[in-house]
Amino acid sequence: MEILLQQIINGLVLGSMYALIALGYTMVYGIIQLINFAHGEVLMFGALISWTCVGYMQEHMTYLPGWAMLLISMLIACVLAAVLNFCVEKVAYKRLRNSPRLAPLITAIGMSLFLQTVAMMIWKPTYKPYPALLPVDPYFIGGAVITPTQILILSITVVSLALMVYVVGYTRLGRAMRATAESPSVASLMGVKPDMVISATFVIGAILAAIAGVMWAANYGTAFHTMGFLPGLKAFTAAVFGGIGNLAGAVIGGVLLGLIEAIGSGYIGDLTGGVLGSQYTDIFAFIVLIIILTLRPSGLLGERVADRA
Amino acid sequence: MDKKVIKYLAWGIGLLVLPLILQQFGNAWVRIADLTLLYIMLALGLNIVVGYAGLLDLGYVAFYAVGAFGYALLASPHLTENFPAIAAMFPQGLHISIWWAMPLALLLAAVTGVILGIPVLKLRGDYLAIVTLGFGEIIRIFMNNLDQPLNITNGPKGIANVDPVHMFGVDFSKPHNLFGLEIPSVTLYFYLIVVLMLLTVFICYRLQDSRIGRGWMAIREDEVAAKAMGINTRNMKLLAFGMGASFGGVCGVMFGAFQGFVSPESFSLMESIMIVSMVVLGGLGHIPGVILGAILLAALPEVLRYVAGPLQELTGGRLDAAILRQLLIASAMIVVMLLRPRGIWPSPEHGKSLVRKS
Repeated sequence: MEILLQQIINGLVLGSMYALIALGYTMVYGIIQLINFAHGEVLMFGALISWTCVGYMQEHMTYLPGWAMLLISMLIACVLAAVLNFCVEKVAYKRLRNSPRLAPLITAIGMSLFLQTVAMMIWKPTYKPYPALLPVDPYFIGGAVITPTQILILSITVVSLALMVYVVGYTRLGRAMRATAESPSVASLMGVKPDMVISATFVIGAILAAIAGVMWAANYGTAFHTMGFLPGLKAFTAAVFGGIGNLAGAVIGGVLLGLIEAIGSGYIGDLTGGVLGSQYTDIFAFIVLIIILTLRPSGLLGERVADRA
Repeated sequence: MDKKVIKYLAWGIGLLVLPLILQQFGNAWVRIADLTLLYIMLALGLNIVVGYAGLLDLGYVAFYAVGAFGYALLASPHLTENFPAIAAMFPQGLHISIWWAMPLALLLAAVTGVILGIPVLKLRGDYLAIVTLGFGEIIRIFMNNLDQPLNITNGPKGIANVDPVHMFGVDFSKPHNLFGLEIPSVTLYFYLIVVLMLLTVFICYRLQDSRIGRGWMAIREDEVAAKAMGINTRNMKLLAFGMGASFGGVCGVMFGAFQGFVSPESFSLMESIMIVSMVVLGGLGHIPGVILGAILLAALPEVLRYVAGPLQELTGGRLDAAILRQLLIASAMIVVMLLRPRGIWPSPEHGKSLVRKS
């Protein structure tokens, strides 16, 4: 029972990070139907920028408490990641909006590779230990432990999600975004500037990804130049799972995926009599994806894009 | 003589002489040529799925892996070393002949392709892409972990001592003397792979103009219309998956025999993405374009590896060969797509569906 509770906590934490990343994916996909493969790299940049900032602060500003360092570095990471993603969109995707569908996909892959290489040049291809900035003493909930970092992750996710719901559902920008997703040409007739909306989407996505990246690094205690790849892929899976283009779907998909992964990896050994172990954790995401898409091709909450070729 | 015949003769002589010239500069260059040829075959195989039938497959490398591991298992001491039962059955060790391995791998990969195809038939576009990607990852994770409890793939360590090709009494792993001309192993492989590649090109051309090929293109252009015209879209799609995969399987066998070593590392997602990029970069659905794309993306980076030395010294080691290589490939992918979204050498008439409808 304790194992189950523990895995649920781990799954929620993992899932909330997936949800943060998946939001960026799903918004971009909803508006311009592009799998932004470079999204995971934005996460990686966020984590590494924050690592550099924290290193600087630990050397020169020792009077700051750990949580302040984390927050300040996160802010800097968000701003820089937003700038980065803004530029990525302008350079690699903007010109290809009306091109064959595969062209932007290839530039996205190229951009992902490019950003990884740049990160490798800036930070050298080594694993960076991310310092523990928050207290490490865990809290106990019915025999399961939860660390302050995990609590922070959960609360930041909830706050970000609430903000996103507000922005997309109740602001002018949000209305413009939804209108552009529906039809860019009609939206522009209504006085919406699709270019601006798309840029804003990329900026918001980048901020969420950077937050997730910093949290990811803080939670697992490490940052490196290829760290964005797998979370990015899983987050996309989560977005598809929930129904791509749908914000609530991304969150539900992310959390469910996190739970499935955590519970699956906790029990796979027992279930298969020790034949398969926790090294198979990563296949859950993909198996879930295949099953879901076979049974319900538009995802759990999706309905719009089911028939889009 | 006919102009066409002269053209073909020139190409033939060119391909015959090329490795002989390259080997003057060292076997490494011939090796690069060999691998480039393999990539051409892979890209042509994927072109059937993506270019003709319009099914974006990001897990193509899985079939390559199926062929490579299939051959490695049947033509290396690995199985006899780890399973006493098999060792008892084959006291000499399992050494399957290439004549058996090729059709076997072809069949195995084709079956895998069809199995993958069945559940994802209903999906299209990006959804299909992401599911095939997931499928490729699942295969890779299994390859990486199937060393326990039964040691089948030897995990991340990979399978070594894979038999080289033996054909017509020629051992491809040893150098041979022909009219006083030393022909090293890599050059022999070059000729073998060239034959296979030409066969692939031939099959692709024949497919393109056949009923099947036109059926695929009809599906690519408009699936609903194709169905209305009496094309069995389900079977045609499965056929595309199967045929594409079988090419991958054959390439896998060649790769295993050529390297003598197979490990999951060679079949990462990046490899799949690389092959898709070759197809798209060159010109989707256009055979010469795809070949050009494969040559550019496979050979260029290898050549750069040799040129990068001085650059590395210039930048004080910050920009080493591997990084420079990756940087250039990535920039090439972005720049080429921005300048020529339909590929460097697109097909002159097909590819209407590639223009977005809305």
